[in-house]
Amino acid sequence: MSAALALGDDALVLSHRLGEWAGHAPVLEEEVALANIALDLLGQARVLLSLVGDEDELAYLREERAFRNLQLVEQPNGDFAHTIARQLYFSVYQHLLYERLAAGDGEFAGLAAKAVKEVAYHRDHAEQWVLRLGDGTAESHERMQSGLEALWRFTGEMFQPIEGLDAAGTTGTAAATGTTGTTDTAGTTGTNGSGSGVDWAELESAWLSAVTATVERATLTLPTGPRTGAWAAGAGRQGLHTEPFGRMLAEMQHLHRSHPGASW
Amino acid sequence: MAAVTADQKTQSTSGTAKAAGTGAGPAAGTAPDAADAALLAAFDAAVAADDRIEPRDWMPEAYRATLIRQMAQHAHSEIIGMQPEANWITRAPSLRRKAILMAKVQDEAGHGLYLYSAAETLGTSREELLDKLHAGRQRYSSIFNYPTLTWADVGAIGWLVDGAAITNQVPLCRCSYGPYARAMVRICKEESFHQRQGYELLLALSRGTEAQHAMAQDAVDRWWWPSLMMFGPPDDASSHSEQSMAWKIKRHSNDELRRRFVDICVPQAEALGLTLPDPDIRWNEERGQHDFGAIDWTEFQQVLKGNGPCNEQRITQRRRAHEEGAWVRDAAAAYAAKHTTPSTRTAQHVEETA
Repeated sequence: MSAALALGDDALVLSHRLGEWAGHAPVLEEEVALANIALDLLGQARVLLSLVGDEDELAYLREERAFRNLQLVEQPNGDFAHTIARQLYFSVYQHLLYERLAAGDGEFAGLAAKAVKEVAYHRDHAEQWVLRLGDGTAESHERMQSGLEALWRFTGEMFQPIEGLDAAGTTGTAAATGTTGTTDTAGTTGTNGSGSGVDWAELESAWLSAVTATVERATLTLPTGPRTGAWAAGAGRQGLHTEPFGRMLAEMQHLHRSHPGASW
Repeated sequence: MAAVTADQKTQSTSGTAKAAGTGAGPAAGTAPDAADAALLAAFDAAVAADDRIEPRDWMPEAYRATLIRQMAQHAHSEIIGMQPEANWITRAPSLRRKAILMAKVQDEAGHGLYLYSAAETLGTSREELLDKLHAGRQRYSSIFNYPTLTWADVGAIGWLVDGAAITNQVPLCRCSYGPYARAMVRICKEESFHQRQGYELLLALSRGTEAQHAMAQDAVDRWWWPSLMMFGPPDDASSHSEQSMAWKIKRHSNDELRRRFVDICVPQAEALGLTLPDPDIRWNEERGQHDFGAIDWTEFQQVLKGNGPCNEQRITQRRRAHEEGAWVRDAAAAYAAKHTTPSTRTAQHVEETA
């Protein structure tokens, strides 16, 4: 069930980061918007984690090395532009990925079909802010560019295949049943035709062109640095995280862990 | 968590008295001319008939000023009130509770938005009101100057603070000013929901482990008296509320609402399996209400003066969020200015073809 865990952890961790904005947003409308996105993601996380086991056990009793989220989503909020850069990178990825999952007939199709509607709003929110910050004032332009640069190195990881979602997926019989999925072009990461049918190379190129279009419209420059961090691409998916993540988990889990076995 | 509290009402009404005293109100020194007298008579008749006053209706300046102040303070309370609860979002002990808490804090921001919009119908602006909050020239409810020290405080706030707010606010659904009354109808529905969730949170703790039960009791012990203070000073010390009652902004006295709240809470505390920290609470057969102990009005005055546990922290965080967000608001304005042409054209087009 590593796919549900990976997608669930992405949603759980990003939701937590967005929850940190409550009471700190630049304008009241953003208090509402950021909390709204955080709630959508938390809802997705709960559904996905429940496919794996008990949602609270998974959220509160796993240690850092057992989490499978992307390093991108665990990055600290930084200023509003850093948060928006993270939202842009992730929501475009999540939107494109869920569109593909929803179009297939894999086990996540139903869930993705519901979530994709929410994520389309998240993506629109992020893109609209990238435009405003990029094409706003000199200061906002500089901050937005800096946010895009700082998080760029975590974006390569998104396109490492997730076991169970690629064309040679482990969704049981699906792998043997031949073609499906409207977006299932000749995959480079496996044989054709699982129920999920995500072609990761195709997903990456769709993501790059969508992000490039928004960045350029916002009068910003697409970063040129490497797209993997200090760790090999896919590190978060393997339980290798960045330092801020442990501290985030300490805060998130402290109360739950202090009362073993209690119900809330 | 919403709280139009009587400490705000006191502020409002003293403002009214001041406005009237300086000649802005119906008690102005100069004799109103016939037209003014007719307008005032129509206003008084509308209030007497329980009609709603609407934004374009004539109203006494003191009525307008009182409402702006009360609604602004109500809105500010929603915004500052996000802080004590948001303090626990990242530490909520289950995903279900975390989702409930996030949704609640989001609702509070929404309530703030409704109330600022309603206040704007009286000729002020959200920016102006926020500036006054940040400058310490307008208040928010004193209750939010208390800290949330444990998870159980989130439940105690829901049960007691939201409970007190609802007791105060339900009568505001019949307030004489239409936009305020309509905002309160929407807000009270959501607040009742929050209050039930707070109660349910405490119930889970009370029925949980010994440590959880103790946590719940400790929270109730700390929040009980501050919640009673939300109704404001006792009636004999609240001489200015008469005008608000006459204008049908306020419908019941501070003490009347406070007694009503105690009567609601006593059986709820029993059902929760928790005690209220007042040995003097007992049923008074003769009055058909509960008697209860004396409130520490010195503490209340200290908190109102800015000397409560979190006054400094709350306003500092609010100012910082506003200041640190300035560049974002500037960017949005600059972007809008650069890209107005097409939308302006659209608007003109719509007008022409309409």
